[in-house]
Amino acid sequence: MPHFGTFALLDPKGTVALAERGLMLHAVEFMLIVAIPVYILLFFFAWKYRAGNTKAKYMPDWEHSKMDELIWWAIPLEIVLILGALTWTSTHALAPNKPLSGTPPLVIEAVALDWKWLFIYPDQSIATVNYVRIPVNQPVEFEVTADAPMNSFWIPQLGGQIYAMTGMINALNLEASDVGKYAGGSSNYSGAGFAGMKFTAEATSQSDFDAWVQIVRLSSNTLSTSTYADLAQASADNPVLYYGAVEQNLYNEIVTKFMDLKSMQMQMNDDD
Amino acid sequence: MTNLFGILTLSAFVHGPIETIPQVVVVLAGLGTAGLLLYYKKVGWLYKNWLTSLDHKKIAVMYFILSFVMLLRGGVDAAMMRVQQATSLPGSPGYLTPDHYGQIFTAHGVIMIFFVAMPFMFAILNYIVPLQIGARDVAYPFLNSVSFWLTVAGAMLVNISLVIGDFAATGWLAYPPLSELQYSPGVGVDYSIWALQIAGVGTLIAGINFLVTIIKMRAPGMTLMRMPIFIWTSLGSMMLVIFAFPILTVTLALLALDRTLGMHFFTTDLGGNVMMYVNLIWAWGHPEVYILILPAFGIFSEIVPVFSQKRLFGYTSMVVATMSIVVLSFLVWVHHFFTMGAGADVNAFFGIMTMVIAIPTGAKVFNWLFTMFRGRILFTTPMLWFIGFLSTFIIGGMSGVLMSIPGADFELHNSLFLVAHFHNMIIGGVLFGFFAGFTYWFPKVFGFTLNERIGKWAFWSWIVGFLLAFMPLYILGFMGATRRLDVIDPSWQPLFIVAAVGVCVIFLALFFQVLQLIVSIRQRRQHVAGGDPWNGRTLEWSTPSPVPFYNFAVIPTVDGRDAWWQMKQGNPPERRYEDIEIPKNSFLGCVIAACAFALGFGIVWHMWWLAAMGAVAIVMCLVARSFNEHTEYTLTAAEVAKLESSYGK
Repeated sequence: MPHFGTFALLDPKGTVALAERGLMLHAVEFMLIVAIPVYILLFFFAWKYRAGNTKAKYMPDWEHSKMDELIWWAIPLEIVLILGALTWTSTHALAPNKPLSGTPPLVIEAVALDWKWLFIYPDQSIATVNYVRIPVNQPVEFEVTADAPMNSFWIPQLGGQIYAMTGMINALNLEASDVGKYAGGSSNYSGAGFAGMKFTAEATSQSDFDAWVQIVRLSSNTLSTSTYADLAQASADNPVLYYGAVEQNLYNEIVTKFMDLKSMQMQMNDDD
Repeated sequence: MTNLFGILTLSAFVHGPIETIPQVVVVLAGLGTAGLLLYYKKVGWLYKNWLTSLDHKKIAVMYFILSFVMLLRGGVDAAMMRVQQATSLPGSPGYLTPDHYGQIFTAHGVIMIFFVAMPFMFAILNYIVPLQIGARDVAYPFLNSVSFWLTVAGAMLVNISLVIGDFAATGWLAYPPLSELQYSPGVGVDYSIWALQIAGVGTLIAGINFLVTIIKMRAPGMTLMRMPIFIWTSLGSMMLVIFAFPILTVTLALLALDRTLGMHFFTTDLGGNVMMYVNLIWAWGHPEVYILILPAFGIFSEIVPVFSQKRLFGYTSMVVATMSIVVLSFLVWVHHFFTMGAGADVNAFFGIMTMVIAIPTGAKVFNWLFTMFRGRILFTTPMLWFIGFLSTFIIGGMSGVLMSIPGADFELHNSLFLVAHFHNMIIGGVLFGFFAGFTYWFPKVFGFTLNERIGKWAFWSWIVGFLLAFMPLYILGFMGATRRLDVIDPSWQPLFIVAAVGVCVIFLALFFQVLQLIVSIRQRRQHVAGGDPWNGRTLEWSTPSPVPFYNFAVIPTVDGRDAWWQMKQGNPPERRYEDIEIPKNSFLGCVIAACAFALGFGIVWHMWWLAAMGAVAIVMCLVARSFNEHTEYTLTAAEVAKLESSYGK
């Protein structure tokens, strides 16, 4: 199990995380343009105009200067103009649902459960729990939903997070640029087993990935509506699981079950 | 027949071994207080002089006591969390159960915002606003008492949950669906909802009260542009209360309907929508931040000129900045959930609006700095709090602007970086501001100044404790540590231990603050303040300390900004006393709050008869009060003259 020991955010291993780190560092640089002078002025003024220093100029009634005030409305304004432009372009460039350039993405459906992560590979027709493997240098689109309280899907070294919510799909596009094991988890509190909602995201070469898919397919576990119902029961610190086959359309059922008319009517009858 | 006690059974009193400790402590504290009052025969005194008082100055002191008591509780919660985190690793999960841990961080958040910061703010507003505008009381003294006691009722609901049942384990904002019956079937979330509903109504009433007070009750000559900046920021804060708190009330009411009457506003199924709750709660939640910080800005705008012995620089731009913040604070709520999946246009808009707030805030900072420029700065404790505030606030401001960029927020959201940021703003900004105000106005309230030396110890302990407790969290955020973990990664443990040490230092600071109070009370004869101990500039310093119950024997006439400063330069005006109407005491504030407590407790435990009786009794109290036409008594001019001569004027 990889851990976060390093400065995960400063040590990106994916294109998105790299761009996001760059954005953070740029923003901090711009902000320091205001922050450092403020610190200097604060401590310089505090020292220079201390009551004991009677040599310093004293202007008890000086209270207004149009020019000066214009300057210090203008300084933060300019920084905000720069940061605002940066925000507009970066927000569009880094929109989580925007597909990354290059080959068509590998689609992985991620489901937040109480308290574990289920990953379904629709094209490979396999599924895993608390472990996800991706090929390196290959865009991946996570389609994130939940069948549990709200969670947030996050692999810090690959890129930023997205909420996992019932009845909704949020797309998160990521791409690993280095082979390795990266810690992933939920960042939105979802109940007693929340701390154990960890998974490993492992980036390997395409051939290792293909070989691994074959190994998972050997598993006799099948993720069907009924085995899914067992899996969805609350459990903490779940071990890694492999499913060699996945029932067609299961993910859609998970997403749409809250809108399903039949189950709604059944529930209403229960309520009566 | 349904059970008289609703869903309340004896099992609600049975807790795990660790949870039993606070249960016993709360019961003993209640019994102990009652016992002491009876033993020293102080019940009558307490009732006559405090519980039934409509005097804004006494209500202010009671708000402060509530805030301080709850600060201790919220602080113990914080310490328990940090101890858990510093000692828990995979395989050895620490001393708290996950559910108990969840209750603790939820209670910590709810208590610190609603029952520490808000009452502390209203303590200061209550004492100072009428005095600074030259008024004898607030616009609605009775409603002021109701506001305070409703806040107490809310706090008591939070505390009683330690004894009977449990508290929410959802995080302080109780996001559904976790806070829905499906995932939180117990009474904890209901306790949280009804505590906030009751306290929230109190806050809304107080907001209206102070808004009307500021608009309608200013002394002759005090035009809007002559109001002290603290009054401007209080006005802005109260405008936010009036617009924001109804949103909170409606949001929690919808959640309560889901939980209590089986509706589906925010459930996972039957058309419920979680995202609506998240939007609504932050449409209140973001303005709430400014409700707290604006008065703190106002306090600093009073303190910096007084201790720089110079006029405030840039009054007009301070006013413009304050009002810009009021408007902008309603246009940024989405920055609390960039990660919910909104499109790039929406996220970018709210990110940029968030940064725009940095402009007026930056202008304020420069105005404070240039108030110090060419002044004669006295480094009293209030001024130290200002310097401590500004040096930490810059860090908090930078981390805030950083997170306002959606692309950066995706990596920082819900991490300990976020936790460090908002504690940076709430402790370094709000709390340091309130401590500054507390030290500055303490002599006005009690007639003697606080011990400066111990005050400085407290200040330095707070600064060191704050940095130790929260700088590691910024770093942990960069390591990918998320909030609300009861079991941590072993590699994070050293930094969590540093943070826990920081909490210890903060407790040392709290100890010094209590010590400062005790020592100052013992030395009060050596530190008699007189009316104007700091050579102040605003009207509150024109009254004797402590302030007489009628505030001003003669309502002052204001000729400009820094009204008292100008009066000190000119000749004292002739004093002609007149009759003063003083509100009579009323016990109905307490009674209404007790009924509201019964209403909340009744709904929490499904004791419908109790809830209904509480609701009906509240209406009856209000009707009874409205028919009472003798709510004031007259203090004659002769009596005023006699009282005034006793102050040596």
